[in-house]
Amino acid sequence: MFFGSSFFFWMIAALGTLILPWHMQQDGVSLSTLMGLGAEDAEAASTLWQALHFGRFWFWPVIAALALALPGALPFGSACTRGRVLIIAGSFGLLSIIAQGFAIGIQGWNYPFLEAVFGELQDRQFGIGLGGALGFIGFLVLLTDGLALRGYFKGDRFIAGAVGVLIACIVIFTAWPVTTILAQIFTSQGDLGVADAMAARLFDRKIWGLACVTSTANCGVFWNTLVLATSTATAATLLGLCFALIVTRTSFPARRALRLLTVLPIITPPFVIGLGLILIFGRSGVVNQLADSLFGLQLGRWIYGFNGVWLAQVFSFTPTAFLVLIGVVEGISPAMEEASSTLRASRMRTFRAVSLPLMLPGIANAWLVVFIESLADFGNPIVLGGSFGVLSTEIFFAVVGAQQDFGRAAVLAGIMLVIALCAFIIQRVVIGGRSYVSLTGKGDVGLPTPLPTLVRRMAYAIALPWAFLTITVYTMALAGGFVRVWGRDWTPTLSHFKRAFALEWSASGALILSGGAWHSLFTTIKLAAIAAPITAVLGLLAAWVLSRQRFFGRTALEFALMLTFAVPGTVIGVAYILTYNLPPLEITGTAMILIACFVFRNLPVGVRSGVAAMSQLDKSLDEAAVTLRASTFRSLRTVVLPLLKPAIVTALVYAFVRAMTTVSAVIFLVSAQYEMATVFIINRVINGDYGLAIAYCSALIVLMMAAIGLINLLVGSRRLGRRQAAALIGGRA
Amino acid sequence: MNNKAAEVRLEGIAKRYGKVEAVKPLDLIIEGGTLVTLLGPSGCGKTTLLRMIAGLEQPSAGRLFIGGRDVTLLSAGERNVSMVFQSYALFPHMTVLENVSYGLISSGFGKKDAAARAEAALETVGLRGFGARLPSEMSGGQQQRVAVARALVLEPAVLLFDEPLSNLDTRLRRSMREEIRALQQRLGLTVVYVTHDQSEALAVSDKIVVMRNAEIAQAGTPEALYASPENVFVATFMGEANHVRGSIESVTGDTAQVALDALTLALPHRGLGTGPCDVVIRPEAIRLADNGPGIAGQIARATYMGAHTEYLIATPLGELFAIHPDRLNRRRAGSAVMVTLDPEGVVLVRP
Ligand SMILES: Nc1ncnc2c1ncn2[C@@H]1O[C@H](COP(=O)(O)OP(=O)(O)O)[C@@H](O)[C@H]1O
Ligand SMILES: [Mg+2]
Repeated sequence: MFFGSSFFFWMIAALGTLILPWHMQQDGVSLSTLMGLGAEDAEAASTLWQALHFGRFWFWPVIAALALALPGALPFGSACTRGRVLIIAGSFGLLSIIAQGFAIGIQGWNYPFLEAVFGELQDRQFGIGLGGALGFIGFLVLLTDGLALRGYFKGDRFIAGAVGVLIACIVIFTAWPVTTILAQIFTSQGDLGVADAMAARLFDRKIWGLACVTSTANCGVFWNTLVLATSTATAATLLGLCFALIVTRTSFPARRALRLLTVLPIITPPFVIGLGLILIFGRSGVVNQLADSLFGLQLGRWIYGFNGVWLAQVFSFTPTAFLVLIGVVEGISPAMEEASSTLRASRMRTFRAVSLPLMLPGIANAWLVVFIESLADFGNPIVLGGSFGVLSTEIFFAVVGAQQDFGRAAVLAGIMLVIALCAFIIQRVVIGGRSYVSLTGKGDVGLPTPLPTLVRRMAYAIALPWAFLTITVYTMALAGGFVRVWGRDWTPTLSHFKRAFALEWSASGALILSGGAWHSLFTTIKLAAIAAPITAVLGLLAAWVLSRQRFFGRTALEFALMLTFAVPGTVIGVAYILTYNLPPLEITGTAMILIACFVFRNLPVGVRSGVAAMSQLDKSLDEAAVTLRASTFRSLRTVVLPLLKPAIVTALVYAFVRAMTTVSAVIFLVSAQYEMATVFIINRVINGDYGLAIAYCSALIVLMMAAIGLINLLVGSRRLGRRQAAALIGGRA
Repeated sequence: MNNKAAEVRLEGIAKRYGKVEAVKPLDLIIEGGTLVTLLGPSGCGKTTLLRMIAGLEQPSAGRLFIGGRDVTLLSAGERNVSMVFQSYALFPHMTVLENVSYGLISSGFGKKDAAARAEAALETVGLRGFGARLPSEMSGGQQQRVAVARALVLEPAVLLFDEPLSNLDTRLRRSMREEIRALQQRLGLTVVYVTHDQSEALAVSDKIVVMRNAEIAQAGTPEALYASPENVFVATFMGEANHVRGSIESVTGDTAQVALDALTLALPHRGLGTGPCDVVIRPEAIRLADNGPGIAGQIARATYMGAHTEYLIATPLGELFAIHPDRLNRRRAGSAVMVTLDPEGVVLVRP
């Protein structure tokens, strides 16, 4: 077969280096500019032409590597020699692409020592484009082909290639940006030297100050963040536990409805809760107005600051804790509790001495999950924080503010990264890699033991008012889109929707999307729709490689992948603009950077749902396919994928919906051309235009529900007949 | 005869997982057209060895040849082997026919051709007309046959079975193993068959490879393994056996004079010199008499088993386990007996 052969990938590399324009084209690539051989302008030329005609000698190694790879890519000669040739040529090609990209930038040599060695360079180059990308991919696959030919990865080219692509992705889109941002800590500033500037940034009072203990001034953002995350995590875990107990261990009539709560955080744009709270407790909110008119009380701005952010985060993250804890409570074998009660323990003693201790690791896990979410949260603090700063908002202001102080942003991001990594590592230790939270959740409990009366009453007393409040907040938030000016003019209106989504007919009969939100809405849908399948494919591929294949370095790959999960969105956002606004990969301001951001922010969910689903699939199923002479790719496509449909749906839905609702990283990456819905909304909120923001949010929610339905419909369900569980689950003895 | 059946040759094949040596370096030749079982207790490395032959596991050392071709670096699909998995591994989302034609389509057959051949294979295993069902709509034994058909249809050079019968009940296990053996002989296949059940191994094999602690303990025909095990482990694993100590008085030619208490037997010396030695006695080689020459013993326990009687006899050699077919003349616990031995069932072994 030609497609997928080593020679095919050699052709890709050759296309990228010899024919297509190597660099990124200002106006994108069109058919007419595809021919880079013989182009007038050096920047529009292929490497071969640049080297031949424009004297860009630094491309000769790349071309040499391509020539060197040809004998290895052709199916003649022994596997051993071919493998060696491909390994040498592939790595040489990759290295020369990377080396030239870093060595020569928009001002000639990037490093003074190179200028000293090679002399001054009268030339410069921009970031790589289509040709460069194809060249890189081609050489990468040639290298992994070589490794497979030498017997690595069980001699399987597909696995070798998949691992190669995953490693390249992690390095390019996570490791490199994070290193770049951390390196910013070590830059000089003004007339301060590196050491002094670093010290000044690191020991800033605004980060570590403890003024709030003794006076009314604000504490440093580190303490703010820590206190906020701790109290949010504690409250949300407690609430989540109450909900989980009610849903799994009582006969509460609306149990199913309560379960729906768990879906909320997934489809809620990040500021809906904040807006709802403002509409209720804000200065012109319902409560304030009532208090004023009934009792003449001025409640003031108490909702802005720690209180409001905390409240909003607890509303936002309780469902997350709930989701985690349902699994935990259901995971406790009723047999344990029954054993305890046959040993003459009262229900209360059973609960305290058996159930609760068994749940503790799960509770700790839920706490940490919420802690990390709160730490990384940007939407709530930006809407409600006021002068109460947390790390994520502080990073934002350091970058977009008048100061443009990347050093400070880097320090803050570094601190955030350290906290997140600590929490993440503790979490790994606590759950010991045992439980994976999946969106599907299995419910096959035996006979759940009823709760002790006292505990049940407490759970009701805490959870039910909260559920009611949550519904109120959502209702208010969405109702806000239908009145003229909340708190002042209660006339019902559709004007906000009109401003956002108006349609007009031009004189010539063409449809004009005159609403202000259309542009960002279409951009968002388009980018989310591109990112979702990529996320799902990469995530499931990673899950499959990690859970099904053994090869040298698997644990390292797994660890690297897990670490990337811990990097907070704000850190990624800043890291991306810092890394990608200069060659060799100059994608700031393009759609590509947003897509990359979506994919790598949401990859964890793809990987987790994939791993969870894969662990339920008997491993010998894919082995059977392989011994039946299916290529690894065919066995993946015809056996694993059809059986993984539920996981695919989960990954697709999650990736799509999260791409539409994320804000923390994206806010740094949008441009006029590529404006995202969430950023558009937050700008309305900052301007006080709540009506439009809310109208937009409601539209998003409806849209996402439709998308979820559509994805379910498209992917379909698997057909297994009866006894499916028995047929699927089984293991190697 | 199947002219595709190929010889499998393992040269120094070994597998380690980190510190664990799952298979120590070993050599083995599996002749074309024979059924060879890998037999051994759980954890001795049988599955690992089989999976290395299949190409599902990469050996840490050594070379593997199938039909004279070095396949060490080839992937499972390129080796011309098929495997029947312990859990059958039938694709639950495909019908039986789709399952069976899967491998054919992978190897480039057209849809129609593949379906026709798959039907034929199903017929071979006695499942004509079941093609449209899902695997979950069949019984365990039928699923087993589908798995065999799926592997067979590719006419592989080597067919591998990993404990194929362990999910079936005793009765079905017996008839399925007969079927597999009959099929193998009819089609002249090379089969490597993993099991931990010695009676299954004895029943189906041309050759048995007994494994212990990641090594080959002994390989040979069922008769050879049963009648002349090389060591105590093989002897006891291949069926009931009494392990006693004796001494070799003298060696002349091929035979050694072995003293066992009051008895002296002439046995093949098997390379052992004079002095103390280990002897294995099969239970059915123990003859009991009321008087005459022999080892004096006392019945410690007698168990009636229907077709035969089992005795535990206390003797100066230690307790001996004996099986007696005599149904009429049963002895009681406590009675004294004289024990003699049939040299056919007595072997000198290494410890
Ligand atoms: N994937 C693995 N990782 C580590 N050890 C393994 C793995 N597979 C098997 N082993 C070890 O190798 C040894 C042999 O296993 P196996 O071949 O499955 O034994 P058998 O099939 O004879 O019961 C066992 O000790 C087992 O624990
Ligand atoms: Mg086994």
